[in-house]
Amino acid sequence: MSLRIIKAGILDTIQDLGRYGFLAGGINPSGAMDRYALQIANALVGNAAGEAGIELHFPAAVILFTEPALIALSGADFSPSINGEPVPMQQCIVVNKNDALQFHRPRKGARAYLAVAGGFLLEDWLGSRSTNLKAVAGGYHGRRLQKGDELLLNSKKDYGYLLPGKKIRVMPWAADNKYEELSSEIAVLPGHEWGRLTAEAKERFLHSPFLITKLADRMGYRLGNEPLTMVPGEEIISSAVSMGTIQLLPDGKLIVLMADHQTTGGYPRLAHVITAHHSILAQLKSGDAVYFRLTDTLTAEELLARQQQHLRQLQHACTLKLQQYG
Amino acid sequence: MNGGNRPYELFALGDTALTIDWGNRMDEQINREVIARAAQFRQQPFPGLLETVPAYSSLTVFFDPLFIRQHISPGKTAMEYVTERAEALLGLPAAAQQETGRRVRIPVCYDPSLAPELEWLAREKEISVEELIILHTTPVYRVYMMGFLPGFAYMGEVDERIRMPRKPQPQPTRAGSVGIAGRQTGIYPFASPGGWHVIGNSPVQLFNKSREEPTLISAGDRVQFYAIDKYEFAHY
Repeated sequence: MSLRIIKAGILDTIQDLGRYGFLAGGINPSGAMDRYALQIANALVGNAAGEAGIELHFPAAVILFTEPALIALSGADFSPSINGEPVPMQQCIVVNKNDALQFHRPRKGARAYLAVAGGFLLEDWLGSRSTNLKAVAGGYHGRRLQKGDELLLNSKKDYGYLLPGKKIRVMPWAADNKYEELSSEIAVLPGHEWGRLTAEAKERFLHSPFLITKLADRMGYRLGNEPLTMVPGEEIISSAVSMGTIQLLPDGKLIVLMADHQTTGGYPRLAHVITAHHSILAQLKSGDAVYFRLTDTLTAEELLARQQQHLRQLQHACTLKLQQYG
Repeated sequence: MNGGNRPYELFALGDTALTIDWGNRMDEQINREVIARAAQFRQQPFPGLLETVPAYSSLTVFFDPLFIRQHISPGKTAMEYVTERAEALLGLPAAAQQETGRRVRIPVCYDPSLAPELEWLAREKEISVEELIILHTTPVYRVYMMGFLPGFAYMGEVDERIRMPRKPQPQPTRAGSVGIAGRQTGIYPFASPGGWHVIGNSPVQLFNKSREEPTLISAGDRVQFYAIDKYEFAHY
C-alpha cells in the first residue's frame, strides 16, 4: 500500500502538528503551516488530528495511488482532479488503484493538505513526523518530495469494497468550506515592544493594508510596508519567538514568523497573530494584502476554543459516517 | 504586569507562551537564574506546560491553552492561569543555583584556509594570529542560550582584546565555522548565511540528527576550545 510521486511539486513535504520539546536546543518546530486545514483533512478520513499529511504548494505534485485508498484534501484549492475528473475539496474520496491525483491551477489559498486514511508509514524524529528542511530530518528523509518517491501507507485495509464501479467515489460527508469566507483581517495581540512604536506608526499598523512580498515562505513573510518608526530604546537581546510573531526589522519593515521560524530572535516584537488566525495567515501568498487589528487574550483563546470545538464535532461526525460504511 | 520590587517582568508572547524577563542583558548571574528556573519549571510542571526556552536573560514557557482551559473556571484565561503559576513558582527559591552544566572541550582548527576573517581580525586588533588563538582558547565560555540554528550555542564572554561587532550584512558561512560577534562566540552547525567573523572551524558535530540527544551542548554548559592543526582537523 503506497502512493507514488510521479511528478514533483515545487515544495511538497510531510508535516504534522509540529515538533515540540526541542526548541531549547534551537530545533525549530516545523509542522503544517495551516494546522487547522491538516486537522480537517485528517478528520474527514477518520485519522487522529495529529496524523502526518502532505503539505502541497502550487505547482503541486502528481500523485499515483498503488492501491485503493481513502483520502481528503483541505486548505488551499488548487483545482484537484483524479484521472482528469475534478474532485471536491473538504470531502472524503475513495480512490482506486492506479488513480492519479493532480492539481491544475491555484484558485484560493497557498497550501493544500492531503490526508490518507491510516497515515504514512514513517518514522518519528524527536516525536514528530514533520519535515525539518534545515536539519534534513523528519518526514520523508528530511526533504521535499521528489519524483519517484514512494510513500508507504500504514493502512492494511482494502478499500476496494467501497468502489463497486471502477470510478472514484466521493463519500457523502464534507467539512464546511471555511475558505470561501477567508477574511483578510487578522487579529493580533500586542507584543512586548508594541508600546515603542510612535503614535503615527501604531495608527498605520492598524489602519493600512500590508502586502505580502515575494519573500514569503515557510520561515516567514516579509511585508512590503512603508517603514514604521519606533521611539529609540535599548537594543533587544535575543529571546524566544513564536509562529505568528510580527517583528520590526532594522529597515522599518515587518516580518511575520511562520512554521519554520528560528527559535529565538532579537528584533522588536510588535505583535503576535492569534493562534486561531494562523490558518488564515498560512493561506496568504505573495501579492495578498492583510489588515491587522488588535484583540485581547480572552477573545484569542475563545476563538481558538471554538475552532477546536468545530474540529471535534467534525471528527465525531466523520467517525460515525465511516462506521456506517464499515 | 511589571510588578513592584520583583526582579523580573512577565509578558505574553502571543496566546501560547509567557516570557519571564530578568533585564534584557548578557549577564552570568542573570543567566544562572534563567537556567535554574527553566529546570524548576521542568521539575514542577504545571498542567499544560509544553516546554521552556531559556535565553540570555529571559525564560519563555510554552503552553497548551486549550488543555488548560478545560481545567480552569470559565471567564479566566489560560494566560492568567499560567501567569499565576509562574509567579507562584518564581516566589519560591530557585532550585539550588548550583550549576548543572557539563564541561565540554571542543577542538578548533585556526587556519586561514578555513577561517576567512582570522588574519583580518588579528591585523585589526594589532596582535598576531598566535595571540588571537591564545585569547580565544583561554577562557572557559558559558553557553548562555541555544537558538538561530539547530544546535547553535551562544557563548561568552569573548576577551575584550578580540571583540568585533557583527558584519553589516550576513555572508555565506560554512558548517563548523567558529565565529565572533561582539562579546559572543559560537559555532555554525550548518552552512548558513551568518554575520559573525569566522576565525576557525571545528570538526565536531554540534548537531547530529541520529543521536538520541541531537544537540551536543545546551544552555548552562561550559565550553573551552583547544587548537588543532590541519592534519588533526582532516583526520578528526
